[in-house]
Amino acid sequence: MRLTPKAATLLVLALLVALTPFFFPSGYYYRVGALLFVNGIAVTGIVILTGYAGQISLGHAGFSGIGAYACALAPTHLGLHPALAIVLGAALSAVLAYLVGRPILRLKGYYLGVATLGFGILVSMVLNNERDLTNGPDGIDVPDLGLRALLETWGLDLTNGQFWYFFCGLSLILGAWLALNLYDSPTGRALRALHGSEVAARTVGVDVARLKLQAFVISAVYASVAGSLLALQNKFITPDVAGFMHSIEMVTMAVLGGVGSVLGAILGAGILTLLPQVLTVFAEYEQMVLGLVMVLVMIFLREGLLPSIFKAIRGKGE
Amino acid sequence: MLTVEGLRSRYGRIEVLHGIDLQVQSGEIVTVVGANGAGKTTLLRCLSGVQPVTGGTITFRGEPLVSVPAYKRLRLGLAQSPEGRQIFTSLTVEENLRLGAFLFSDERVDRDMEDAFQMFPILKQKRNLAAGGLSGGQQQMLAMARALMGRPTCLLLDEPSMGLAPIIVSQIFDVVKNLKALSVTVLLVEQNAFGALKIADRGYVMETGRIIMAGAADELIADPRIREAYLGI
Repeated sequence: MRLTPKAATLLVLALLVALTPFFFPSGYYYRVGALLFVNGIAVTGIVILTGYAGQISLGHAGFSGIGAYACALAPTHLGLHPALAIVLGAALSAVLAYLVGRPILRLKGYYLGVATLGFGILVSMVLNNERDLTNGPDGIDVPDLGLRALLETWGLDLTNGQFWYFFCGLSLILGAWLALNLYDSPTGRALRALHGSEVAARTVGVDVARLKLQAFVISAVYASVAGSLLALQNKFITPDVAGFMHSIEMVTMAVLGGVGSVLGAILGAGILTLLPQVLTVFAEYEQMVLGLVMVLVMIFLREGLLPSIFKAIRGKGE
Repeated sequence: MLTVEGLRSRYGRIEVLHGIDLQVQSGEIVTVVGANGAGKTTLLRCLSGVQPVTGGTITFRGEPLVSVPAYKRLRLGLAQSPEGRQIFTSLTVEENLRLGAFLFSDERVDRDMEDAFQMFPILKQKRNLAAGGLSGGQQQMLAMARALMGRPTCLLLDEPSMGLAPIIVSQIFDVVKNLKALSVTVLLVEQNAFGALKIADRGYVMETGRIIMAGAADELIADPRIREAYLGI
C-alpha cells in the first residue's frame, strides 16, 4: 500500500508525538518536546505563507506576541477564559494581518520582508513600552489554562510537562492536517501557482492580491496560536516572544528543514529547538554553529533538509 | 466579439502602441503578425489586462474591458495563453490543467480535462509529472490546454510557435485551426507570419506600434510587400 504524502506526514507526526516519550530520560524532555511542537505550529504557518504562496514575512513573531499577550491580558482584564483568549488572540491577529496585509502585500520580495519587519518591531515596541498594561520588558504572568485540572477530574492524571507535551503535540497535528488539506485544495493550488508566476495565475482567473492576503492571514493565525500556547505553558511571557530574533528564527527553521514541505519545516523547527539544548556545553558558540549550519544548508541543500534527502533517495532508487 | 479602438500603451515614458484598431468577429481566427518589437505582445498584454492602457477602448462582447482587472477577464470568456508559456513549473501537469479551471468546480472540469488529453495525448502520459520537466513543445501544449480549461469564448494566443521545432509548430497550428470546431474565437499573435496567415481568416500586420495593413489572410499572403518583408519569399 502506498501512502499519500499527506497521510504519511500525519502518520509520522502522530508516531513522533506518541512514541518519543518512551525514550525520555527525565520529565524535562516533555518541556523540550512541547516547545518543539509550539515552534512547529508557527513554522507550519510560515510554510503556508512562504512555501505555498512564496511571500516572505520577517515580522511573524508580532502575531505570536499578540497571541501570547491575549492569553496574559484577556483573562484578567476582560474576564475571559484562557481558552477563549487563544481564540481572541487568533481573531485579533487575523484582523490585524488583514489590515496590515492589504497595503503590504502589494509589495514584492525584499520590500515585503522589510514592511513585515516593521510590523513585527511595532508590536514588540508596544509590548515593551505600554508598561501599565503589559508590565513592559519584565514580562507578565499568564493564568492557568485549567484544562489539566479538568482532565484530572476525569481520571486522566498528567504531570504539567506531560499535559503540555500532548496538548501541543495534538495541536501541531491538527495544524499540519489543516495545512496539508489546504495544499491539495483549489486555493492551495492557486497559492502555489502564484508562487510560480503571478501573471499566469491572473490569466487563469486567480485574484492574486486576495489570495496572498488569505495566506498571510492564515499564517498569522498559526503564529498567534503558537504564541498563546507558549505563554500558557510557561505561565509567564516577556515581549521577547514578539522580538525580531523570534521572527527570524521562524523563517530560519522553515527554510532549514524545507519551506515547501510541512514535515520538512517541522523537522527544521525540531533541529533548531533541540540544537541549543545539545549545545549548552559550549553555549558561547551556539550562534556560530547555527550560522554555519544555515550557510551549509543554503549552499548544498537549497530546498531544505527534508526535500533534499527525499530527492537523494528517489534519485538512487531509479 | 472583440473590438479595439485607438488603443495606446506605454512602458514608462515610452509609448509603444500608438493607437491600434482591430476587430475580431465571433468564430474567426484572426492573426496579428509583425517583426520582433512591433508591439504585438504588448497588445495582447493590454487585452488580457496585465499591461496598463493609456488611451483608447477595448470592448469584449459589448462590454468595456479597460477597467476590468486581469483575473476577472476570464470570467467574461476571454482567456490567454501568455508569452513564454508561463506554465506553473513546480506543479504537475494535471494541477496546471485544474488551475486553468480555477473558476469552476463542477463535474465538467473532469470532462474538459479528458478533452484536453484527447487534443494533446502526450499530456495524459505525463499528467502526474512536474510541468517544468516537459519539453518546450509539450509546455506550449499545456499552456494552450490550460487556457481552454477556462472555457473561453475567445482565446488570446501569444507566440505559440516561439522556440519550437518546425514539426511541433505545425502540430500546434493544426490544433489552433481546429479550435474553430469548438466554437472558440482565436486572436493569434505570431512572428511566424506564414504559418499564422495560413490558418487564419484575417490578418493584421503590425510595425512599430501601428497596424500598417489589414485584410483577408489569403490576400495578405499573396501581397508582394508582405511576402518580401515577412515571409522571406
